Formats: sequence, structure tokens, C-alpha cells
Amino acid sequence: MDPAPIPTPLLRFEGIDKAFDGVKVLRSVSFDILPGRTLGLVGENGAGKSTLMNILGGNLRPDAGRMVWAQSPYSPQSPADAARTGIAFVHQELNLFPNLSIAENLSLTRFPTHGPFPWIDRKALHHRARELLGRVGLDAPPEMPVERLSAGERQLVELAAALGTQAQLLILDEPTTSLSAREIGRFFELLARLRSDGLTLLFISHALADVLRHCDDIVVLRDGAVAAAGRVTDFDVPKVVQRMVGRDLAQIFPQSRRSPTSPHPSGPPLLDVRHLSQPGILDDISFQLHHGEILGLAGLMGAGRSELARILFGLDPCRNGVVLLNGIPLPSGPRQRLKAGMAFLTEDRRTDGLCLEASIADNLTLVGLRRFVRNALGWLNRPGLADTVRTLRGAVRVTPSARDSQPVRTLSGGNQQKVILAKWLVTQPRLLILDEPTRGIDIGAKFEIYQLIRQLADDGAGILIISSELEELIGLCDRALVMARGRLRDNIPRAEFSQERILQAALPA
Amino acid sequence: MKPQAPRVLLLALEHSGALLFAVILVTFGILQPRFLAPENLVNILLQSSATAIVAIGMTFVLVTAGVDLSVGALMFIGASIAGRMALAGGSPLLVLPWMVGVGVIGGALNALLVTRLGILAFIATLGTLNAGRGLGLWISQTRAMNLPDSFARLGAERWLGIPLPLLVLGILTAIAHGVLQQTPFGRQLLAMGQNPEAARKAGIPVRRHLAAAYMISGGCAGLGGVVALTQLGAVSPRFGEFYEFDAITAAVLGGTSLFGGRGNIFPGALLGAVLVKSIFNGLVMLQADPYLFPMITSVIIFIAVLFDSLRRTWIARLRTRTVLPPPAPSV
Repeated sequence: MDPAPIPTPLLRFEGIDKAFDGVKVLRSVSFDILPGRTLGLVGENGAGKSTLMNILGGNLRPDAGRMVWAQSPYSPQSPADAARTGIAFVHQELNLFPNLSIAENLSLTRFPTHGPFPWIDRKALHHRARELLGRVGLDAPPEMPVERLSAGERQLVELAAALGTQAQLLILDEPTTSLSAREIGRFFELLARLRSDGLTLLFISHALADVLRHCDDIVVLRDGAVAAAGRVTDFDVPKVVQRMVGRDLAQIFPQSRRSPTSPHPSGPPLLDVRHLSQPGILDDISFQLHHGEILGLAGLMGAGRSELARILFGLDPCRNGVVLLNGIPLPSGPRQRLKAGMAFLTEDRRTDGLCLEASIADNLTLVGLRRFVRNALGWLNRPGLADTVRTLRGAVRVTPSARDSQPVRTLSGGNQQKVILAKWLVTQPRLLILDEPTRGIDIGAKFEIYQLIRQLADDGAGILIISSELEELIGLCDRALVMARGRLRDNIPRAEFSQERILQAALPA
Repeated sequence: MKPQAPRVLLLALEHSGALLFAVILVTFGILQPRFLAPENLVNILLQSSATAIVAIGMTFVLVTAGVDLSVGALMFIGASIAGRMALAGGSPLLVLPWMVGVGVIGGALNALLVTRLGILAFIATLGTLNAGRGLGLWISQTRAMNLPDSFARLGAERWLGIPLPLLVLGILTAIAHGVLQQTPFGRQLLAMGQNPEAARKAGIPVRRHLAAAYMISGGCAGLGGVVALTQLGAVSPRFGEFYEFDAITAAVLGGTSLFGGRGNIFPGALLGAVLVKSIFNGLVMLQADPYLFPMITSVIIFIAVLFDSLRRTWIARLRTRTVLPPPAPSV
């Protein structure tokens, strides 16, 4: 192929670094976005894509490195700076205002008014809206409230709003997750048309096939660094997947060479899930979990994993299906499930799992507090509590420098997570559901948490663990289920684990 | 659940204020036919005008998901100052504009507490409510002040046959409704109430708008005070008490959501204020026990607020998050 002259990049990232609480999420990220082309940005959950986009959009400042926009330095201090520069975002979570009309949403900060008066010129407003809606091919009256639109239609309105800012660079963050197959096809036709109008697009997606089919260039992020970059013609799906995950497992799980535990799937199951369905969320989910087994639940964000966990724990309703624990159907509501020996660690430990202002001791003994009631008056057995706190802290090795009375808020993420796990040890749960138990935790603390999980399983508990880190699932689990779009797509025994197989099942077809 | 049921219910919930209004009018009309006589209806309107004016200002704060509890206290401070000035010989046209000014200044203080110091609106304005009543008592030296006749005459004045309070109310309603519905400021205010974070990301000057909303509320409270003062002709130590309650009630009855993002001035807040005062008026005409008034009005208010929350839960339930693709539309 004839090497065309390389055009000046529209935007250049130069050595971007970013760390949160000492955990590095971006490491010297450098790449170019070329004008008039579509760049696909891919990477696992947690690879650093969102952080990079937040830096680009002015929501975060990089620790090091810089950005160059059309050959001059670009350092946005706010989202408004990014918008002024000519960068527009179409977010995964829609940022529309459902209480306002389509036209109002499209012109929210640029209302046309009647000359010097602050009165909105509705005619001009609707005219502009009709024009933008025409460009995205949405046939809806401009005065219609956004709350009456479907998810796909709202996505188009969001895109129209981005077009309305006269942006040169359009960032599309997972724009197709809420769309049906037919809508996706139309969406890409639309993008192709916009690009031929001279717009530059940055397309972030897990749908690798779509990225390869519709983008010109591709950048693969892994662990906060650029793992591969180039023209899409030099890539295929297996190669991209390999770059996304490609890493030697032994590096992360040096201790996973534990003695092979006896194969568990024998005897009656601890947890038996039969045909769980909830319209729009879960579609006919059935699986079993055995005593002493660690079962992984893989899938992309929005696949329905957390929703499944919440339903299993009785937090959300479920229309069809039964859940049996030790062969007994579970009644509704989380209280009954706690009594039956279930425990649930939510993915948001700071708001759902801990009382942040309360002390380490109080948090550790919160769940099992009834066990420490001493007499008929309901007084607490304080010495007994203190003993338990000591034992638990020893068992999970919460940092020794912290006092028992210290608020949990002051601990690092890893230590907070250890406190959460430890508090459940008091009740010795038979079934533990863990949603992203090691998110945002440094590698050292992860090991200790893995060991704790394994120990719980060896003591006979069944563990269901949701994780977006494939290495973690592969290193830790005895078996893995893969979900996509509310369905179970694969059930993989440990012997057949491979990142490729899990990703293949997790990616939308 | 059948798909039709929520839609009918939603429609009823959306217009709960109008429904309640109809029920109240019909009930009192049957119990006491004089209630529906034209002169009594005009009377109700006159009695509602001060509350309606305060409720209109309150709507601007409520749509941002905030609240202004200080309105009654701001009315009282303004009235106390006006009373002192009037007794010192000030003419109405010289004295009364100060009341609006006092309201705007009080609103600015609320705005400062809420937007700059980040104090929850409920707590901030509860503070200014108490401090304001104290200040008012200090200014008025806790005495009742009977104003010169020139003030009361203003309240009974007619312009082209329309009582002056109603004229003021009408003009304010037209302007406020226009500002909320037809100006960029009004629409952005609604956006902020719906989703403050997204509003910030969209580049709306959230803090400035919020400050303006509290100042509008304060200014309207001052104007409401002017109308109430000219109607009463006197300032008592209890002037303006419970106006915050009546104004919030009126706004909510008119379809403004306490959760923000939804607000209606015409007919909403206006209708709500008239509704609140017709209950009062009707109870008086029925010669009900005055001690029961607060209980009856409270029950009605609870029903109105209950409808507001119900509406939210129903709307939320109708829009539960889905991860599965929606079924293909049948063309």
C-alpha cells in the first residue's frame, strides 16, 4: 500500500499518567487521533478508558503528560472547556433531561431568543431541533418530552445534541449497548455519514467486531497502558482479544499453584437456581452451586450480573423462577436470606457495605450483633465483642497500625474490603455472593482477599463471585458462568478456562 | 399488572390538584350553597392572593429540588420595617418597596448559605426562618402596629374595576409563568432540578441560577407581604406565620414536585393557593371548630404530597432499567 502522508493529528495524548489513592490507572498513555477518521478504543473494564475520557473531557486532571489539540496545548479545566474546544461526548449513561422537550434538550445552553429579550424563540428552537433530528434520522416532534422516547431514540437525541455543539471530535462511549440490532445497523450508517461530513470520531466499545468493521484505527488499552495501536486492517478479533488480556497468569497468581481441591460437583447442590426470569433484566437463568465451590460470574458491564446477584439476595423482585438453598425454596426478602445463611457484598462497598463513619470494631460486629446480646434486657456483651474483633482482625490482617475505634473511612480500599469480608465471618455464611470484591484494590491486598475467599470455601461455604477481571476469575474460581444481555451464555469448568473463551461468550454476538 | 392501569392512574396523579379542587368546591357547595356565590368566590381570590404570590416564588426554588422555609419570616421583617417607617410618617409608595427589597436580600442570604457554604436548603432556610422571626420581633419591639388608613385603602383600591391585589397577582403570574416556561433561565432551572450533575456537565451556571431562584423566592415573599399588609392594615408579631407551609402546599397541589424538575405556575401554583384558601373559607362558612382547621388542612396536604411521591414511584416503575433489547416495534 502506498504510504499516504501522515496528517497532523487532531488530538494527541502524550505520556498521560493518572493514579487514584496510589493505584495507577493510566501509565504513560500516548496516541494520536487523526482528523476525519474513526478511532476505536478498546480494553477490558478497568483498563483506564473511562479515566482517559474524563481527562479529555475536563472532569479530571492528569498527574503527568499533556494533550495537544490541533498543534496547540490543550488542558481543559472543566467540561465547558472541552465543549468550547470542539469535543462532544455521547455518554453510555444518557445525560438528557427527561422532563424537558427534545428541542429544549438540544439547545439547553444555547437557546435562541427574540433579539435582546430573554424570551425563547420557539420557532427557531424547533427549527434547529428539526434540522438536528433530521441529521440523525429521528422522526419525532421537537416539542415531545424526552421521557416519552425509547432508549434508542434517546441515544439519537444525545447524538443530535453533540452534533448541535459544532464539535469536531465526537466521543461515543458504548453508544450501542441499549440499542437493538436493527438500530445498531442504522446507527453505524449514521456515523459513516457524519464522518464523511468531516467529523472525527472516537468510538469506545466492547463490540470488537463492530469496532473492526466500522473504525479506521484502533488503540488497545490494558492496565492503563497502550497495549497495541494501528490500523484496523492489521487486526482481527482474536488478535485484539489477545492484546486486551494478553498477560502471563503466573505473574498475578503466583500462589494459585495450590493443591488441586477435590472436584466439588457431587452431592446435592448448595444453591439451585431454576429458570429465573425478570423482563428486561434476566432471561431464563439456571445454574447450581455446590458446597466448597467458588463459582465465577463473568460478563461485560450491563450484562445483568449485578442484577442477578441482587435478585438472588432478594433485593429486587423476580417474576419467574425459583431459588433453592439446600433444597429448600427461599422466601422473599433479604432478611430471610441472611437467616438462611446467605451473605452479599455489593459492588459499591463505600455506600452499601460499610458504615464509613463508624469504627472498625463497630463495622466488624455489625452483622452478628445479635450473637453478642448478653441478657434479657438486650445489653451487649462488650468483652465478648472485643475478643471477636481481635480474632477477626487477626484472621483478615487489617492493617495493624489502625486502632479498633478508628473510623472505617480512614482505611484504604483494600483494608475496607477486608473489614467487610471479616464481618461476615462472624455469621459463617453458607453462601457468599461477592460483587467485584477486589475493585480498586492494590495487588497485595488482593492476594489476602483471595486467600480469605478460598479459606471460606474450604470451610464448606459456596461462593458466587462477580468480577470483571478475567485473570481473577481464572485464577480463583473452580468454574465460571458467562452472562451477556441477561442470558447465561457459557458454563466453563476450570480445566477449560481461557480468557478467549470467556470473552467470546461475553461479547455481544 | 395490566399495561392500561398505570396510564389511567398516572393521568389522575398528574392532575391530582385539579381533582382535589373539584372535590373541595363541590363538597362545600353542597354543604353551604352560599360558598359558591360570586361575591364569596371573589373573596376567596382576594384571600388567596398573598399566598399565591409567595407560592409563585416558592415554585422557582422547589423546581431545583430545594425549599425555602424562610418566606414567612422575610414577610415579617419587611412588614416590621415598613410598620416603623409608616408610623414615622412614611407614605405607602415610599415604604412598601422596601419590603420587596428586604425579601430579595433575605433570599440572597439563603442563596449564599445554600450555594457557597453547601448547607442543605432545608436546614439553611429553617435557620433564616428562626433568625428572621427574631429579627422581626426586635425591629417591631414585639408590638402590634396599626398602620395609617392610606395603607389599608391601597388594599381595597380598584383599577379598572379589578381589586389591586388581584391585579398585582395577575401581572406577577404572567411574568413568572413566562420566565419559567419561556426563558432559557426557566428551562435550565428545570433541568437542574431533574439532574444537577448532568446540568453541570452541560455547562449550565448551576450556582448562579440557584442563587437567582432563592432571590426570586425572597422577592415574591416581600411582595406577598405587601399585599397581606395592605389587606390587614396592621403588623402583628404573628404576621407571616405559616406562609411557608401554605406556599409549599399550594405549589405541590399545583403539580410542582418536591423532588425537583417539575413545576407549574399557571394554573398550578395559583390553583393550589386558591384551593388552600377555599378550604379555609369553606370551613369558616360552615362555622367549623377553628381548632380543627389545622388538622383538616394538614390531612389534605398529606394527601397531596402522597400523590406526589406515588407519581414518582409509578413513573420510576414504568421506566425500570432494562439490559435486554426492547421488543421490536410493531409497525
